[in-house]
Amino acid sequence: MTNPADDDVLPIVQMRGITISFPGVLALDAVDFFLRSGEVHALMGENGAGKSTLIKALTGVYSIDSGSIVVAGQAQEFGSTHDAQAAGIATVYQEVNLCTNLSVGENVMLGHEPRKGGRIDWSALHREAARYLSGLGIHVDTHSLLSSHSIAIQQLVAISRAMVLDSKVLILDEPTSSLDRGEVEQLFSVIRDLRDTGVAILFVSHFLEQVYEISDRITVLRNGALVGEYLAKELPRDELVKKMIGRELDDLAALSVASSRPIDRATTPVLRAKGVGKRGMLEPADVDVFSGEVVGIAGLLGSGRTELVRLLYGADKAETGHIEIQGSTAKVTSPRHAIDHRIAFSSEDRREEGIVADLTVAENIVLGIQARKGWFRKVRASEQDAIVREYIEALGVRPADPNMIAGNLSGGNQQKVLLGRWLATAPKLIILDEPTRGIDVGAKADIQRKVAELSAAGLSVIFISSELEEVLRLAQRVVVMRDRRRIGELTSQDVSLDGLIDFIANKDEGTAA
Amino acid sequence: MTRILKHRLFWPLIALAVLLAINAITQPRFMKITVRDGELYGALIDILRNSAPLMLVALGMTIVIATRGIDLSVGAIMAVSGAVGLTIIDSSGSPENLGTVAVAVVVAVLVALVLGVWNGFLVSVLKIQPIIATLVLMLAGRGVALLITGGFITTVNSGPFEFIASGYILGLPFAFLLAMAAVAAVGIFERRTALGVLTEAVGINPEASRLAGVRSRSIIWSAYVLSGTLAGVAGIIYASNIKAADANAAGLFIELNAILAVVLGGTSLMGGKFSIAGTVIGVFIIQTLESTILFLGVPSAQSPVFFAAVVVIVVLVQSPRVHRAGRHFTQAIRNRGSSPVPADSEVAA
Amino acid sequence: MTTMEIAPPERAAKNPGLQTFLGRHASLMPTFAALAILILLFVGAQIYFGNFISARNISALLLDNAYLLILAVGMTFVIVTGGIDLSVGSVMAFTGILLAKMLGTGIPAVVAVPTILVGGAVIGLLIGVLVQYFNVQPFIASLAGLFLARGLAYVVSLSSIKVEDTSLLWLQSTRLKVGDWYITPTGIIALLVVVVGALVMQFTRFGRTIYAIGGSESSAHLMGLNVARTKVMVYVISGVCAGLAGLVLTAYTGAGYPRNGIGTELDAIAAVVIGGTLLTGGRGYVLGSMIGVFVYGSITTVISFMGAEQSWTRIIVGSLLLLFIVVQRAIVARSERRR
Repeated sequence: MTNPADDDVLPIVQMRGITISFPGVLALDAVDFFLRSGEVHALMGENGAGKSTLIKALTGVYSIDSGSIVVAGQAQEFGSTHDAQAAGIATVYQEVNLCTNLSVGENVMLGHEPRKGGRIDWSALHREAARYLSGLGIHVDTHSLLSSHSIAIQQLVAISRAMVLDSKVLILDEPTSSLDRGEVEQLFSVIRDLRDTGVAILFVSHFLEQVYEISDRITVLRNGALVGEYLAKELPRDELVKKMIGRELDDLAALSVASSRPIDRATTPVLRAKGVGKRGMLEPADVDVFSGEVVGIAGLLGSGRTELVRLLYGADKAETGHIEIQGSTAKVTSPRHAIDHRIAFSSEDRREEGIVADLTVAENIVLGIQARKGWFRKVRASEQDAIVREYIEALGVRPADPNMIAGNLSGGNQQKVLLGRWLATAPKLIILDEPTRGIDVGAKADIQRKVAELSAAGLSVIFISSELEEVLRLAQRVVVMRDRRRIGELTSQDVSLDGLIDFIANKDEGTAA
Repeated sequence: MTRILKHRLFWPLIALAVLLAINAITQPRFMKITVRDGELYGALIDILRNSAPLMLVALGMTIVIATRGIDLSVGAIMAVSGAVGLTIIDSSGSPENLGTVAVAVVVAVLVALVLGVWNGFLVSVLKIQPIIATLVLMLAGRGVALLITGGFITTVNSGPFEFIASGYILGLPFAFLLAMAAVAAVGIFERRTALGVLTEAVGINPEASRLAGVRSRSIIWSAYVLSGTLAGVAGIIYASNIKAADANAAGLFIELNAILAVVLGGTSLMGGKFSIAGTVIGVFIIQTLESTILFLGVPSAQSPVFFAAVVVIVVLVQSPRVHRAGRHFTQAIRNRGSSPVPADSEVAA
Repeated sequence: MTTMEIAPPERAAKNPGLQTFLGRHASLMPTFAALAILILLFVGAQIYFGNFISARNISALLLDNAYLLILAVGMTFVIVTGGIDLSVGSVMAFTGILLAKMLGTGIPAVVAVPTILVGGAVIGLLIGVLVQYFNVQPFIASLAGLFLARGLAYVVSLSSIKVEDTSLLWLQSTRLKVGDWYITPTGIIALLVVVVGALVMQFTRFGRTIYAIGGSESSAHLMGLNVARTKVMVYVISGVCAGLAGLVLTAYTGAGYPRNGIGTELDAIAAVVIGGTLLTGGRGYVLGSMIGVFVYGSITTVISFMGAEQSWTRIIVGSLLLLFIVVQRAIVARSERRR
């Protein structure tokens, strides 16, 4: 553990004794946090640890109950986000906070447009914007609309804007969630350049490997309190996780048995997709899933995993290929068809495409069943109560209140409610797209355990996850995607994590698999 | 669940009670109900009767708003429905015939239903924004109504037709009973079947509902069909009341009043959870306000100023900013006698 | 420092010049479409009537719709931020009759005119404050403004008031002629409003903030722009424009009339949307709204040339609006699919 008292130079940001409480909850309890110029500092902790609260205190979104914030030697009291910005703190959020209806150049210079005689000098604006962008090694047409670029480029534009504002501190909040490997490399190279010019960078991410790749220092929070500050090279991964969740990782290790369970593939598959594809979305692909099997789909972001399962579910309409359910050809061009065939789908974006926020937990769980029954036949109250109680208990939804508004639950519990909704429809096949993304390690373990249990009992599962270990742990077979096409398939038993990564990166598409 | 509903209906009910109390105090004859020939009369009864068209329109508007939509065309649909109905009666040669009137009413409401289908098609199939989709009919509808009546204000003398707006059944105005029947029917249907909760789901999160297998399209479509149909009935009541088809005046501003009633009743314009009971209270508030204004001798043309005040008061009361200020105020009063706040503790590194 | 070249992946462009143009100016497409429709209208009418495109007709087009043009400019400001102002028709009527009344009681125009502009601004301010500081939806807030202004118009006078004041009537009766082309001061006012509006939107930070808010209000706020003040100001601007429109309309008709402008806000919204502004905000141009107003005006002129009832105007504008929206949606849907 490092101690700020050992520093030669004062950290550019010194937060001491930060305490923030909300009605009924102590979000931060006298937390100390320091950011140093020319360093990438990662902030780690589970959901509810206080990470985002601490960041919001630093960015002026929240005011602090007690403690002090000193930036560049000056005591600060942030009453608004503008105060924080004025103090030299810039933030790039996960949902890139730029105006996609404006041009790249304008986004970079917005609010600081060069003016000539009272009117905006557009040519100077584009020149300057291009200058800032190329200073970070980014070459984009500044006249083009921001919306015509990928999220990765938009993020880099957001970072350039931070440099226009002459920021001494750059906060990156989950910047890599939507990026593929190549884009992450680009981002990291920009981050390293900025660090080398003396900017203090605060990096928040759930991806442990990336944290170790880019960070110099790591601070861990747990339950609103500071656990400690460490140099990245002196903190092994499993120790980090232990500090974050305060318990051993054995729970997860025990699950590795799941992927070795034998599957009977001599029978008719529950689902067989042949040549399913859609122009601009996915090259024709094949997938088979047998009863009780967990088929994992692995690949880099953007490789077509979600696209494939959305076509299987009818969330998007396939243009080629056909699907056989239990041996007979089936039409699956809308979610309704899939549901009629007892297929369930838990989307990647649980907030926008999963949970109906203003309805209660009970209403959310029953929604799948009710949708299938239609308007007219309402699920009887007694039946509803029984189902809801069963799934709240089985999945460990906390708080265990069926009348709680679903939008108020944490991400992990929302995922459980969503799972409950789908399990209540008694599906034969359930498709889970990143079910454990962005949720705390405890809930993650619960969900993985449940998936293993259910598949052992006969449920078929298609499982997508960016965490390859998770896939190898749960799935018997792994279908590998790259660049919107299926490039092969592996048996989990026969491959290691490194082997899988290698396959994803290097497998030659010419050879059969 | 009931806790939330109670909370939402609380303020509207208080507002209505206050309005009624003000009226009762300033003019005692306001509360007087007389009985004549087994029929009830009085200012309160007038409110019940006059509220019928707005009640029907606001009822449909509630469901449409719940789906995250809006129906700006209801006034125009009222005009069209009145024009169709009256033209049929007028050109039939037998305006007193109950059969003629029945046919006229049915056809008029059917036309309104078709207009609702049109709106629903634009919104749910072509996925056009509700404001724009219904704006089209709002602009064009009155023109169509004018064309049907040939630019004139068609008048009729028809006993059966006049009964709709002025007749009584069981001592209460027929128009009021008709509106209440519609409210009861829609309310029961929405809650007894799953339509209510599915509509709310669609309004809260359309994409999640689609992926969950909810048939959003038909839910949204039917909301507009309902709204159009109810507006058609409202148009008949209005025409019956003035015994004419006035394409320009029929339902003028009613969409705005309906939206106000829905908002007063606690349903959010953002869609999702809705309250029919709230809308009913909202309609009565608006109607009572109108009567109050008339009683005060204010020319009805100037009454919108009061409605502006109502809108402002309602939104202020519902505004979180005002709640926060109110809380600080009561907090400050409570803290006046307590000890001073402890100084910030500076923790040395 | 590493010089890692980061550039977006090469897209095999069939026609790179066109691709860049489209990429940069995608938001101009709807406005070009509006222009195309206007041209089609003119050409069609010319073929049908033979003498449609004449200096006299086009001059009249501007002057007959000067009030709508001014309203549309103010409405553009509001709609680009993603809001809407339903009060403008009523505010126009209110300021119009207030002006007539003030002039009628001997108050000089130099006092009366600024007063009504302030009146419009105040109502706009009320709406803006409700929207920004009390989080009221623009629909409801401007509804309150509509009620207020309409009622106030009748409070000023229950019936129309003729204007005898020569300084006001001069605005409409004076014609500056260039050959067969003519324009009145009211027309000049309208054109000035258009020019100023367009310049502000394009060349001031205030204008760019408006676009930013329409694109994403939360982003604009996080980017340090003064969202609150801008959002309130657009409603004030709309109110002032409504006041100006009241002035122009009163000069044009020679009287104030409390029943003016019923439904005119819808005409303004239709004109703005036809002109290429998205109702969701973030995209649109003042010049586009001007084109939209001319489309509206041309339709009215064609209808009256045909001797048909004026109620057809609203039907046609409604249908045109619908056609426009459907086409806009189709284009948006296709471009989203391509990406």
